[in-house]
Amino acid sequence: MNDTLAAILQVATLVLFLVLIHRPLGDYMAYIYAGPTAGGSKDLRVERGFYRLIGVDPDREQTWRAYLSGVLAFSLISVLVLYGIQRLQAVLPYSLGLPAIPEGLSFNTAISFVTNTNWQSYSPEATMGYSVQLAGLAVQNFVSAAVGIAVAIALVRGFARRNSGTIGNFWVDLTRGTLRLLLPLSILTAVVLIAGGVIQNFAGFTDVTTLTGGTQSIPGGPVASQEAIKMLGTNGGGFFNANSSHPFENPTGWTNLVEVALMLAIPFSLPRAFGRMVGDTRQGYAIVAVMSTLFLLSFTALTLLESSGAGSAAQAAGSAMEGKETRFGIFGSTLFASTSTLTSTGAINSTHDSFTALGGMMPMLNMMLGEVAPGGVGSGLYGMLVLAVIAVFIAGLLVGRTPEYLGKKLGPREIKIASLYILVTPVLVLAGTAASFAIPAVRADVEGTSIWNPGIHGLSEVLYAFTSAANNNGSAFAGLTANTPWFNSALGVAMLLGRLLPIVLVLALAGSLAAQGTVPATAGTLPTHRPQFVGLLVGVTVIITALTYFPAITLGPLAEGLH
Amino acid sequence: MSTHTPARAAAPDETAGAGETPAAAKKAGAFSPAQLAAAVPGAFRKLDPRELWHNPVMFIVEVGAALTTALAIAEPFLGGAEESGGAPVPASFTAGIAAWLWLTVLFANLAESVAEGRGKAQADSLRKTRTSTSANVVVGYDEKTDPGAVSAATEQRSSADLTLGDVVVVTAGELIPGDGDIVDGIASVDESAITGESAPVVRESGGDRSAVTGGTRVLSDRIVVRITSKPGETFVDRMIALVEGASRQKTPNEIALNILLASLTIVFVVVTLTLNPIASYAASPVSLPVLVALLVCLIPTTIGGLLSAIGIAGMDRLVQRNVLALSGRAVEAAGDVTTLLLDKTGTITYGNRQAASFTPLAGVALDDLRHAAAVSSLADPTPEGKSIVDLAVTQGFTANLTVSGEIVPFTAQTRMSGLDLPGGSQLRKGAGSSVIAWVEEAGPVTGAVREELEASIRTISNAGGTPLVVAEKRSDGTARVLGVVYLKDVVKTGIAERFAELRAMGIRTVMVTGDNPLTAAAIAAEAGVDDFLAEATPEQKLALIRREQEGGNLVAMTGDGTNDAPALAQADVGVAMNTGTSAAKEAGNMVDLDSDPTKLIEIVRIGKQLLITRGALTTFSIANDVAKYFAIIPAMFAGVFPGLQALNIMQLHSPASAILSAIIFNAVIIVVLIPLALRGVAYRALSASQVLGRNLLIYGLGGVVAPFIGIKLVDLVVSLLPGF
Repeated sequence: MNDTLAAILQVATLVLFLVLIHRPLGDYMAYIYAGPTAGGSKDLRVERGFYRLIGVDPDREQTWRAYLSGVLAFSLISVLVLYGIQRLQAVLPYSLGLPAIPEGLSFNTAISFVTNTNWQSYSPEATMGYSVQLAGLAVQNFVSAAVGIAVAIALVRGFARRNSGTIGNFWVDLTRGTLRLLLPLSILTAVVLIAGGVIQNFAGFTDVTTLTGGTQSIPGGPVASQEAIKMLGTNGGGFFNANSSHPFENPTGWTNLVEVALMLAIPFSLPRAFGRMVGDTRQGYAIVAVMSTLFLLSFTALTLLESSGAGSAAQAAGSAMEGKETRFGIFGSTLFASTSTLTSTGAINSTHDSFTALGGMMPMLNMMLGEVAPGGVGSGLYGMLVLAVIAVFIAGLLVGRTPEYLGKKLGPREIKIASLYILVTPVLVLAGTAASFAIPAVRADVEGTSIWNPGIHGLSEVLYAFTSAANNNGSAFAGLTANTPWFNSALGVAMLLGRLLPIVLVLALAGSLAAQGTVPATAGTLPTHRPQFVGLLVGVTVIITALTYFPAITLGPLAEGLH
Repeated sequence: MSTHTPARAAAPDETAGAGETPAAAKKAGAFSPAQLAAAVPGAFRKLDPRELWHNPVMFIVEVGAALTTALAIAEPFLGGAEESGGAPVPASFTAGIAAWLWLTVLFANLAESVAEGRGKAQADSLRKTRTSTSANVVVGYDEKTDPGAVSAATEQRSSADLTLGDVVVVTAGELIPGDGDIVDGIASVDESAITGESAPVVRESGGDRSAVTGGTRVLSDRIVVRITSKPGETFVDRMIALVEGASRQKTPNEIALNILLASLTIVFVVVTLTLNPIASYAASPVSLPVLVALLVCLIPTTIGGLLSAIGIAGMDRLVQRNVLALSGRAVEAAGDVTTLLLDKTGTITYGNRQAASFTPLAGVALDDLRHAAAVSSLADPTPEGKSIVDLAVTQGFTANLTVSGEIVPFTAQTRMSGLDLPGGSQLRKGAGSSVIAWVEEAGPVTGAVREELEASIRTISNAGGTPLVVAEKRSDGTARVLGVVYLKDVVKTGIAERFAELRAMGIRTVMVTGDNPLTAAAIAAEAGVDDFLAEATPEQKLALIRREQEGGNLVAMTGDGTNDAPALAQADVGVAMNTGTSAAKEAGNMVDLDSDPTKLIEIVRIGKQLLITRGALTTFSIANDVAKYFAIIPAMFAGVFPGLQALNIMQLHSPASAILSAIIFNAVIIVVLIPLALRGVAYRALSASQVLGRNLLIYGLGGVVAPFIGIKLVDLVVSLLPGF
């Protein structure tokens, strides 16, 4: 089978999978989050027990402020607990004899996993024992994903409700998302991955004698169970340093496709849940169409750029194979890289640092879009809905009506929130990158310790790191030593603000929308489910990104790639 | 509800032509070089940073201009930027940038000045009416014993010292000293100072035409007026403030847009501020004037510079059409209106009924009926009577059109009118029951005749018309019913098309009438309104508005009577007729000086146009940035990274020329767009999708393409300058 045919078959399989799963999974999510009063599901016995334990009345809905307090309190506690577990690694069981994780790295890693970023400044197999991996990181893989979905659902409720002071109950959303959505799906997919050859054991390190007579220490571990939620929850933190290019995490071409499918499953199904909850599934399809268009454009560009890599090595190999696994090839690598950076997962099965100069720009641009195509679980939907608010506002002005989206008027308050939202990540990315070079002491450290490739490529590495952190992606360009005081703290702050500030704004938007009545649609209302609006929203997303990052991109990948 | 006939009854051609911009407004939409020249001093005055601070985008441009000016002055002594993008820049580069940045601010100020200047002329003429006059204030006015204030003592007081509740006497030839309601008397008043309409209007105590405006002149008779406004807060004072733009408050939509623009500005400030640190790692840093140039090109200066001009011009367009919006919010709400409440009489139908056909009873010749109806109407001064004669003439009635005989006028008791001919025979026309009673005085009316008559009457009523029964009494004493005249409520020509247009724009029309439901339904169907409210009372009208608003609709209506006031206040857009009471004018948020209820449709159009103009220029402004990046970025870095020359797709002559050309384009485009900002973007009644598609193509795609061409053209000129 030639490469092109294989590529077409893979994409066809992927599309078929998403088409098949989109409806039932979306409807299921709408069902579990709707609650009994809105025609959804009742509490399970185990959930009621849990609510009693934490002292929450599941039937009591929260205002947006209370909901936000829940999110912030939960995140703070999560960071503290995760930090504690890492610092105590030496005394915990199943730690494989590894020492306590240093303060700076613990800080960075705690934030990284709580914010669903999974940026790893360390090599996991040499740093984290099973106790930290399972009790700390894996738990956050579940709950940080559940928090993201909960916030998205709260925003959807804002659109769906009329004259309501409340937007749901955070603790109920968190519990239901974890217990009824992520846990069962992870168990199911872990089995699939094990069947595909992903390992699942508690074997520790196995010393073997290699064919050449040397010895090698091969790490084992409960990988499949981690791998499932790593992909499903768009987390991306690998069990091994090599992440999904490691044969124990991603052994074959078809597990590669399964992992890609897992990353896309929930983000592409959430718009269906959105459509169901606002009572117009066409609105959900429009959002899916926007996400798909951006995805296909970016993926096609990356594949073309990588297939036509310049340089003698690339030409001899027929394409730019540096940093890619031969078992995945160009296509398996670009598909994975596009998916991982467009979904805020940040897992890798190839080294983005080794992509062609312009090819390496694509994962960066994917993240700079704001992780919306389709974005992380939950965060992708709320990010896209905020962009839709901006698009509707401009479109509303162009048709001569005070803009309204799904019957909600977009006034000064809504626009203020949306405007602040689109400010957050660009400021974090650009300020972080600039600070790395503007502060003399930091610059000396960055140039001396962190950057392995001086020159423009080094600039791209730093830009990539801040883009990844602020957008909560977590993938690394590689070629940058990030386990330094500057990067551990600066990226930690970028991840935290890049996660929490948008959440604050999204919940404020949800509260403001829920409090409104609904304006009935007339012939003068701009329809937001037609191709025209899809095109507009794609355009607005691209233009906002392009205008913000054009100079930075020019100095990095474009300066390197244009000859 | 008030059955109000507009002071200036709309002629048929006027209604048909209302869809087009009136010629006068068209003339006012463009602006002349003289206006431009007059606005220049204002543009300079607005350079004051304390004033410019309210417009963050232009304020940043001014700061940049000041900064580059300082650099341009310091450069000869300190040495300045010698190269950009790998090419040397001429010594005049920084000074050139500084000059064009100042021009950018001036152009934006100019736009606002021109917009304001258009209101100034009108304000000046209004101010003349405000000159202090002396008023005859009634001392101890007693409305019970002496309503006409004939015997009461009066004292002279300056109009500036009048207070709320004072009662004044105004006689022919005097100016009315302040806004008020007539409590006694009737007078013809010349209101041309305010409305521009030279024909005098009648104002009388009681009813819906009791309001008088300070500064207008009484032409005949004597009236007693109770003052209803404080000095300095009169209608004229408010008008002056409005047309001058002094009391202009930002509307919610304008605020929202400002926030979005501020956010974009912040993004670009961050982009510019972080550029040098990021560039410092791989390339040489960019000089300060170039950075300022980049920032000014990126921030939305086009819309930032024109935003307030657009708002002022929107209000001005209403003023041109003799509508005063008492708040900018109301103009904007007009664009959002989803339900339009229209009075039937005067808006949908001509104010009076017209004869449409003659229906003779069995055994009566059509000629006889026509003749009797026409002759009996010859002396009838009402429009209905006149229309009967007109119809008879068109059908071939040729008898002598002069009246001979004794006229029997219509009275509320007889409910008939007619003519007693010299020969002794009599003709009567009127309501069915009265006419039958009159015929029966001479002899009984058979059941068959009654039945036939009732059937005719019912048919006409069902069709929305008014039946007028005609009978004659011959000189021999016998009497008979001749037949029925069908008086029709004539729907204005072209009105159904207007409503179809409104429907396409997503606006529902509701007809409000005092007629019975049957008649109302017939007229509603003929006019093509979406809904109607029959036998409407002010309470029902108010309830209807509340109901619509609860459903999320925005309601606009017109009204003139005091009993309309609650509904006018409740409506999102309440247009009071200038002929109406001061209570109505207080309650509404717009006043139509022409008192033309059809103008509501025009107001909606202007409101939409205002929003579209803002949106179009915002889109254009943001889309422009793409080309500006392609001009400036290669000019900054192509020296270090020659590969970036590939981004110089316009093939601009040199880095210095590229940057200056972008700045010049950025400034000039503001001037180029001033006429558009003042005139407003063309608006057609299409569906939202069609309007969006059209405007995205023109202002979105056009906004991307235009600067590529524009900057290239400027570059061709700039490259001729020595050194560039």
